[in-house]
Amino acid sequence: MKAVTLVPGSAEGEVFVMAEPLSFWGGLDAATGAIIDRWHPQCGAVLTGKVVVMERGRGSSSGSSVLAEAIRAGTAPAAIVMLTRDAIVTLGALVGRELYGRDCPVVMAAAADWSALTAASRLTVEAVDEGAEIGS
Amino acid sequence: MIVELSDRDRAMLAGAEGEAARFAMNLMVRFAEAVEASSLVDAECAHIDGCLYHGQASLDFVEHLLALGGRVRVPTTLNVGSVDLIHPELFIGDPGLGSAGARLMRAHEEMGCIPSFTCAPYQTIHRPRFGAQIGWAESNAIVFANSVIGARTERYGDFIDLCCAVTGRVPYYGLHLTENRRATVVVEVEGLPPEWDDAGPACVAVGHVIGRRCGDRIAAIVGLPATTTEDDLKALGAVGASAGSVALFHAVGLTPEAPTLEAALQGGRPEETIRLTADDLRETVRKLSTVPDGTTLSAVSLGTPHFSFAEFERLMQLLDGPRPAVDMYVNTGREVMQQVRARGWEERLNAAGVTVVLDTCTYLTAIMRDLSGAVMTNSGKMAYYAPGNLDIEIAFGSLADCVASARAGKVVRS
Repeated sequence: MKAVTLVPGSAEGEVFVMAEPLSFWGGLDAATGAIIDRWHPQCGAVLTGKVVVMERGRGSSSGSSVLAEAIRAGTAPAAIVMLTRDAIVTLGALVGRELYGRDCPVVMAAAADWSALTAASRLTVEAVDEGAEIGS
Repeated sequence: MIVELSDRDRAMLAGAEGEAARFAMNLMVRFAEAVEASSLVDAECAHIDGCLYHGQASLDFVEHLLALGGRVRVPTTLNVGSVDLIHPELFIGDPGLGSAGARLMRAHEEMGCIPSFTCAPYQTIHRPRFGAQIGWAESNAIVFANSVIGARTERYGDFIDLCCAVTGRVPYYGLHLTENRRATVVVEVEGLPPEWDDAGPACVAVGHVIGRRCGDRIAAIVGLPATTTEDDLKALGAVGASAGSVALFHAVGLTPEAPTLEAALQGGRPEETIRLTADDLRETVRKLSTVPDGTTLSAVSLGTPHFSFAEFERLMQLLDGPRPAVDMYVNTGREVMQQVRARGWEERLNAAGVTVVLDTCTYLTAIMRDLSGAVMTNSGKMAYYAPGNLDIEIAFGSLADCVASARAGKVVRS
């Protein structure tokens, strides 16, 4: 599946489909990688090492800091696949990459691929500036 | 998505203006691509929210830019940090967190930022002008700059705010463009509760409603009282940006892009009209309190966003009388505090048992000493966040009710 690269990198992992958009600020514990928003249906789930598939982002711009901090702490998702461009997620992953040299590629997939993405158990993400490839 | 870059942008990206500018411009271009901006434009000023400590990555980012020789290129104010650098003894949280937070604030100063440490930079000498393109972070500052001043900023936040300051550029998209500043929702205030002699609670109620019901759509508000002050609009925007993602509202007859409803709508038709009765406003305000009237208070907290000089003037009048029975905190910025000192009010505030908190805010950081009872505030924003951030019960009321309740030691209303 072709996708647009928002943040380059290479990753592979188990798929985690986000049931609802999550604000990383106040919603993700960077120390543990767990969802801590008690209103979120997947509260308690751990995103560490997962290829997180979510339609879109949500919430405070401080979410960028939380994602960068999770990348530093080694608790971040392996990759993030979205259907929309999201500046907060993009920036957090990019800063994590620039500061710590750790990949957390962020890509924008085609809406037509949503069912294939959410049905997969594992995904690979290969994202370079020219474009990204998602494999199951 | 191709962002059109100027020759100077490209030179910066190639490192011609140093490694820090190259690093910041790289992030800026990626961000501009993510928000589908057509190009970048010059920013007249920047306001940075990244000086609040969220973890080691916050500090690593600024230290990295500093190590690369980073300096800001435009006048850059700083939002609140995690500690009061002027009164560090007020911080009662984890010492490691306190020192990392303080270092983060100092590191921003070393980048050439102005040590304003206020979430209300718009009420200092650094207030931007009407129509200015600016790169601002902090939701209440963004909505105030856009709505009350008519300056133009998008919702910038961590990392990108400092990139705006270091490059002196902002992505040209969203609220930077006139056509995207058009109201699409009309909010009609049909009646005000006659018992409210202060426009403050009405504005907080309206702000809360537009936050909940408009999302990021722009509202044109009709029917706010003529006595509405700049500080009331500040409170309206702050709660709207807390309960929703309001970055711009128009108040017809009060804000500069809304001399008339037609102007706010830019000649278009609204997609929705929301009518608010006096009962709707009462009900919205009532729900901001998590405790009933009569509840014992342990503190009263004012100044979220930071208290202005005009708000201090009102407070000083209300403080004439018996000394409050519970702790009172007022959050404000250094510049406003200088004006308060120049008036000789500091002694009276001290005598009344008021703790003035600079550089930070009681809803963010460990400052309030006694949280055994409820906390009362006149801030819709504080009422929205404090139960979650501080795990406390909150009562909301007008400024006069807050002072009366501080005296009574429990929630009372006039």
